[in-house]
Amino acid sequence: MTQVNRASSSDGSGVTLVFLGRLESVAGGGSRKLALSPTIDALIETLEPSLVSALREPRVKLAVNGILLQDTDAPVLKDGDEIAFLPPVSGG
Amino acid sequence: MRLGDSDVRLLTGTFDPASELAAFTATVSEAGGVVSFLGQVRAGDGVEALELQHYEPLTLPAMRDLARMVRGRWDLDGLLIIHRSGVMEPGEPIVLVAAAARHRRDAFAAADFAMDHLKSESWFWKREKVGGEWRWVEPREQDFEDIARWG
Repeated sequence: MTQVNRASSSDGSGVTLVFLGRLESVAGGGSRKLALSPTIDALIETLEPSLVSALREPRVKLAVNGILLQDTDAPVLKDGDEIAFLPPVSGG
Repeated sequence: MRLGDSDVRLLTGTFDPASELAAFTATVSEAGGVVSFLGQVRAGDGVEALELQHYEPLTLPAMRDLARMVRGRWDLDGLLIIHRSGVMEPGEPIVLVAAAARHRRDAFAAADFAMDHLKSESWFWKREKVGGEWRWVEPREQDFEDIARWG
Protein backbone atom coordinates (compact mmCIF):
# COMPACT_ATOMS: atom_id res chain seq x y z
CA MET A 1 0.00 0.00 0.00
CA THR A 2 1.16 3.48 -0.76
CA GLN A 3 1.97 5.63 2.22
CA VAL A 4 0.88 9.23 1.78
CA ASN A 5 2.13 11.59 4.43
CA ARG A 6 0.23 14.68 5.19
CA ALA A 7 0.14 17.00 8.17
CA SER A 8 1.91 14.44 10.33
CA SER A 9 4.67 15.39 12.69
CA SER A 10 7.91 13.50 13.01
CA ASP A 11 7.23 12.29 16.58
CA GLY A 12 4.56 9.83 15.39
CA SER A 13 1.61 11.83 16.67
CA GLY A 14 -1.57 12.00 14.65
CA VAL A 15 -3.76 9.24 13.32
CA THR A 16 -3.54 6.86 10.37
CA LEU A 17 -6.40 6.33 7.98
CA VAL A 18 -6.48 3.05 6.06
CA PHE A 19 -8.53 2.75 2.87
CA LEU A 20 -9.49 -0.74 1.74
CA GLY A 21 -10.74 -1.95 -1.61
CA ARG A 22 -12.07 0.67 -4.02
CA LEU A 23 -11.61 3.36 -1.36
CA GLU A 24 -7.86 3.00 -1.94
CA SER A 25 -8.42 4.12 -5.54
CA VAL A 26 -10.62 7.04 -4.47
CA ALA A 27 -8.05 8.15 -1.88
CA GLY A 28 -5.12 7.66 -4.26
CA GLY A 29 -3.33 5.44 -1.74
CA GLY A 30 -3.87 2.77 0.87
CA SER A 31 -3.22 4.93 3.90
CA ARG A 32 -2.75 8.48 5.06
CA LYS A 33 -1.38 10.11 8.19
CA LEU A 34 -3.39 13.03 9.49
CA ALA A 35 -3.18 15.39 12.43
CA LEU A 36 -5.39 14.31 15.31
CA SER A 37 -9.02 15.39 15.27
CA PRO A 38 -11.28 14.65 18.25
CA THR A 39 -13.84 12.61 16.29
CA ILE A 40 -14.02 10.59 13.11
CA ASP A 41 -16.55 13.05 11.68
CA ALA A 42 -14.17 15.94 12.27
CA LEU A 43 -11.35 13.95 10.71
CA ILE A 44 -13.37 13.14 7.59
CA GLU A 45 -14.27 16.84 7.22
CA THR A 46 -10.61 17.63 6.56
CA LEU A 47 -10.50 15.40 3.46
CA GLU A 48 -11.28 16.21 -0.14
CA PRO A 49 -15.02 16.16 -1.05
CA SER A 50 -14.84 13.14 -3.40
CA LEU A 51 -13.26 11.06 -0.65
CA VAL A 52 -15.66 12.38 2.00
CA SER A 53 -18.68 11.16 0.04
CA ALA A 54 -17.07 7.76 -0.64
CA LEU A 55 -16.24 7.28 3.05
CA ARG A 56 -19.73 8.32 4.17
CA GLU A 57 -21.47 5.77 1.99
CA PRO A 58 -23.77 3.80 4.32
CA ARG A 59 -22.27 0.41 3.47
CA VAL A 60 -18.75 1.49 4.45
CA LYS A 61 -17.85 0.06 7.86
CA LEU A 62 -15.23 1.44 10.22
CA ALA A 63 -12.68 -0.12 12.51
CA VAL A 64 -10.56 1.71 15.06
CA ASN A 65 -7.37 -0.13 16.03
CA GLY A 66 -8.76 -3.34 14.56
CA ILE A 67 -12.10 -3.18 16.43
CA LEU A 68 -15.21 -2.85 14.26
CA LEU A 69 -17.46 0.05 15.18
CA GLN A 70 -21.21 -0.33 15.57
CA ASP A 71 -23.38 2.24 13.79
CA THR A 72 -23.94 4.29 16.93
CA ASP A 73 -20.31 4.30 18.12
CA ALA A 74 -18.58 7.67 18.09
CA PRO A 75 -15.19 7.08 19.68
CA VAL A 76 -12.93 9.87 20.89
CA LEU A 77 -9.72 9.59 18.90
CA LYS A 78 -6.23 9.72 20.33
CA ASP A 79 -2.72 9.96 18.92
CA GLY A 80 -1.59 6.77 17.23
CA ASP A 81 -5.07 5.49 16.39
CA GLU A 82 -5.60 3.63 13.14
CA ILE A 83 -8.97 4.14 11.49
CA ALA A 84 -9.85 1.73 8.70
CA PHE A 85 -12.59 2.32 6.15
CA LEU A 86 -14.02 -0.99 4.94
CA PRO A 87 -16.27 -1.07 1.87
CA PRO A 88 -18.45 -4.15 1.25
CA VAL A 89 -16.24 -7.23 0.89
CA SER A 90 -16.09 -8.88 -2.51
CA GLY A 91 -15.48 -12.38 -1.22
CA GLY A 92 -12.46 -14.61 -1.26
CA MET B 1 -1.25 -29.39 14.39
CA ARG B 2 -2.67 -30.67 17.66
CA LEU B 3 -5.66 -32.94 17.50
CA GLY B 4 -8.85 -30.90 17.73
CA ASP B 5 -7.14 -27.74 16.54
CA SER B 6 -7.83 -26.10 13.23
CA ASP B 7 -5.10 -25.09 10.82
CA VAL B 8 -6.01 -21.60 9.59
CA ARG B 9 -3.58 -19.63 7.48
CA LEU B 10 -3.52 -16.41 5.47
CA LEU B 11 -0.73 -16.56 2.90
CA THR B 12 0.81 -13.80 0.81
CA GLY B 13 2.68 -16.23 -1.44
CA THR B 14 1.53 -19.16 -3.54
CA PHE B 15 1.03 -22.65 -2.07
CA ASP B 16 0.82 -26.23 -3.26
CA PRO B 17 -2.70 -27.53 -2.56
CA ALA B 18 -1.76 -31.19 -3.13
CA SER B 19 1.03 -31.22 -0.57
CA GLU B 20 -1.04 -29.21 1.92
CA LEU B 21 -3.90 -31.66 1.58
CA ALA B 22 -1.57 -34.65 1.96
CA ALA B 23 -0.04 -33.14 5.10
CA PHE B 24 -3.47 -32.39 6.55
CA THR B 25 -4.80 -35.86 5.77
CA ALA B 26 -1.79 -37.42 7.51
CA THR B 27 -2.81 -35.66 10.76
CA VAL B 28 -6.37 -37.03 10.76
CA SER B 29 -5.94 -40.77 10.38
CA GLU B 30 -8.96 -41.35 12.67
CA ALA B 31 -11.28 -39.67 10.17
CA GLY B 32 -13.26 -41.81 7.76
CA GLY B 33 -13.43 -39.06 5.19
CA VAL B 34 -11.80 -35.82 4.13
CA VAL B 35 -13.71 -33.37 1.94
CA SER B 36 -11.71 -30.60 0.34
CA PHE B 37 -12.47 -27.61 -1.84
CA LEU B 38 -9.88 -25.83 -3.93
CA GLY B 39 -10.66 -22.42 -5.39
CA GLN B 40 -8.37 -21.16 -8.13
CA VAL B 41 -8.10 -18.08 -10.33
CA ARG B 42 -10.34 -18.69 -13.33
CA ALA B 43 -8.76 -18.33 -16.75
CA GLY B 44 -10.77 -16.55 -19.44
CA ASP B 45 -12.93 -13.42 -19.56
CA GLY B 46 -9.71 -11.59 -20.40
CA VAL B 47 -8.62 -11.63 -16.76
CA GLU B 48 -4.84 -11.33 -16.58
CA ALA B 49 -4.50 -11.28 -12.80
CA LEU B 50 -6.51 -11.22 -9.62
CA GLU B 51 -5.58 -9.36 -6.47
CA LEU B 52 -7.02 -10.02 -3.05
CA GLN B 53 -6.44 -7.38 -0.45
CA HIS B 54 -6.81 -8.08 3.27
CA TYR B 55 -6.71 -5.98 6.42
CA GLU B 56 -4.29 -7.49 8.90
CA PRO B 57 -6.18 -6.73 12.15
CA LEU B 58 -9.45 -8.25 10.88
CA THR B 59 -8.93 -10.85 8.17
CA LEU B 60 -7.08 -13.68 9.93
CA PRO B 61 -8.90 -13.26 13.28
CA ALA B 62 -12.24 -13.57 11.42
CA MET B 63 -11.01 -16.70 9.60
CA ARG B 64 -10.15 -18.21 12.99
CA ASP B 65 -13.61 -17.29 14.31
CA LEU B 66 -15.13 -19.01 11.29
CA ALA B 67 -13.10 -22.15 12.00
CA ARG B 68 -14.34 -22.16 15.61
CA MET B 69 -17.93 -21.76 14.39
CA VAL B 70 -17.52 -24.69 11.96
CA ARG B 71 -16.01 -26.87 14.71
CA GLY B 72 -18.91 -25.98 17.00
CA ARG B 73 -21.45 -26.97 14.40
CA TRP B 74 -20.05 -30.27 13.13
CA ASP B 75 -18.13 -33.06 14.77
CA LEU B 76 -14.82 -32.90 12.93
CA ASP B 77 -11.45 -34.53 13.42
CA GLY B 78 -9.68 -31.66 11.69
CA LEU B 79 -10.21 -28.50 9.70
CA LEU B 80 -7.85 -26.79 7.30
CA ILE B 81 -8.42 -23.30 5.89
CA ILE B 82 -5.74 -21.71 3.71
CA HIS B 83 -6.48 -18.43 1.95
CA ARG B 84 -4.28 -16.33 -0.30
CA SER B 85 -3.87 -12.60 -0.33
CA GLY B 86 -1.96 -10.60 -2.93
CA VAL B 87 -1.65 -10.84 -6.70
CA MET B 88 -2.42 -14.17 -8.39
CA GLU B 89 -2.40 -15.36 -11.98
CA PRO B 90 -4.97 -17.60 -13.70
CA GLY B 91 -4.64 -21.18 -12.49
CA GLU B 92 -3.11 -20.22 -9.14
CA PRO B 93 -4.81 -21.50 -5.99
CA ILE B 94 -6.78 -18.96 -3.95
CA VAL B 95 -8.34 -21.01 -1.19
CA LEU B 96 -8.14 -24.54 0.15
CA VAL B 97 -10.64 -25.81 2.69
CA ALA B 98 -10.56 -29.37 4.00
CA ALA B 99 -12.75 -30.94 6.65
CA ALA B 100 -12.06 -34.34 8.14
CA ALA B 101 -14.76 -36.28 9.95
CA ARG B 102 -15.75 -39.76 11.01
CA HIS B 103 -18.76 -39.52 8.71
CA ARG B 104 -18.71 -38.00 5.26
CA ARG B 105 -21.86 -35.86 5.58
CA ASP B 106 -20.32 -33.81 8.38
CA ALA B 107 -17.21 -33.28 6.26
CA PHE B 108 -19.18 -32.25 3.16
CA ALA B 109 -21.40 -29.85 5.10
CA ALA B 110 -18.54 -28.31 7.09
CA ALA B 111 -16.46 -27.60 3.98
CA ASP B 112 -19.50 -26.19 2.14
CA PHE B 113 -20.43 -23.95 5.09
CA ALA B 114 -16.86 -22.71 5.49
CA MET B 115 -16.64 -21.84 1.79
CA ASP B 116 -19.97 -20.00 1.72
CA HIS B 117 -18.87 -17.90 4.69
CA LEU B 118 -15.42 -17.24 3.27
CA LYS B 119 -16.94 -16.10 -0.02
CA SER B 120 -19.48 -13.70 1.42
CA GLU B 121 -18.26 -12.56 4.83
CA SER B 122 -14.49 -12.68 5.00
CA TRP B 123 -12.46 -9.48 4.95
CA PHE B 124 -11.10 -9.56 1.42
CA TRP B 125 -11.39 -7.01 -1.34
CA LYS B 126 -10.85 -8.21 -4.87
CA ARG B 127 -9.75 -6.58 -8.07
CA GLU B 128 -9.14 -7.96 -11.52
CA LYS B 129 -6.72 -6.88 -14.18
CA VAL B 130 -8.37 -6.81 -17.61
CA GLY B 131 -6.64 -5.31 -20.63
CA GLY B 132 -3.91 -3.93 -18.37
CA GLU B 133 -6.43 -2.08 -16.19
CA TRP B 134 -7.25 -2.96 -12.58
CA ARG B 135 -10.90 -2.78 -11.55
CA TRP B 136 -12.49 -3.53 -8.17
CA VAL B 137 -15.00 -6.38 -7.99
CA GLU B 138 -18.27 -5.63 -6.21
CA PRO B 139 -20.04 -8.19 -3.98
CA ARG B 140 -22.07 -10.85 -5.81
CA GLU B 141 -25.74 -11.39 -5.02
CA GLN B 142 -25.23 -15.15 -5.40
CA ASP B 143 -22.80 -15.18 -2.47
CA PHE B 144 -25.46 -13.70 -0.16
CA GLU B 145 -27.99 -16.28 -1.36
CA ASP B 146 -25.46 -19.06 -0.73
CA ILE B 147 -24.87 -17.99 2.86
CA ALA B 148 -28.59 -17.52 3.54
CA ARG B 149 -29.04 -21.31 3.07
CA TRP B 150 -27.45 -21.93 6.46
CA GLY B 151 -29.97 -19.86 8.43
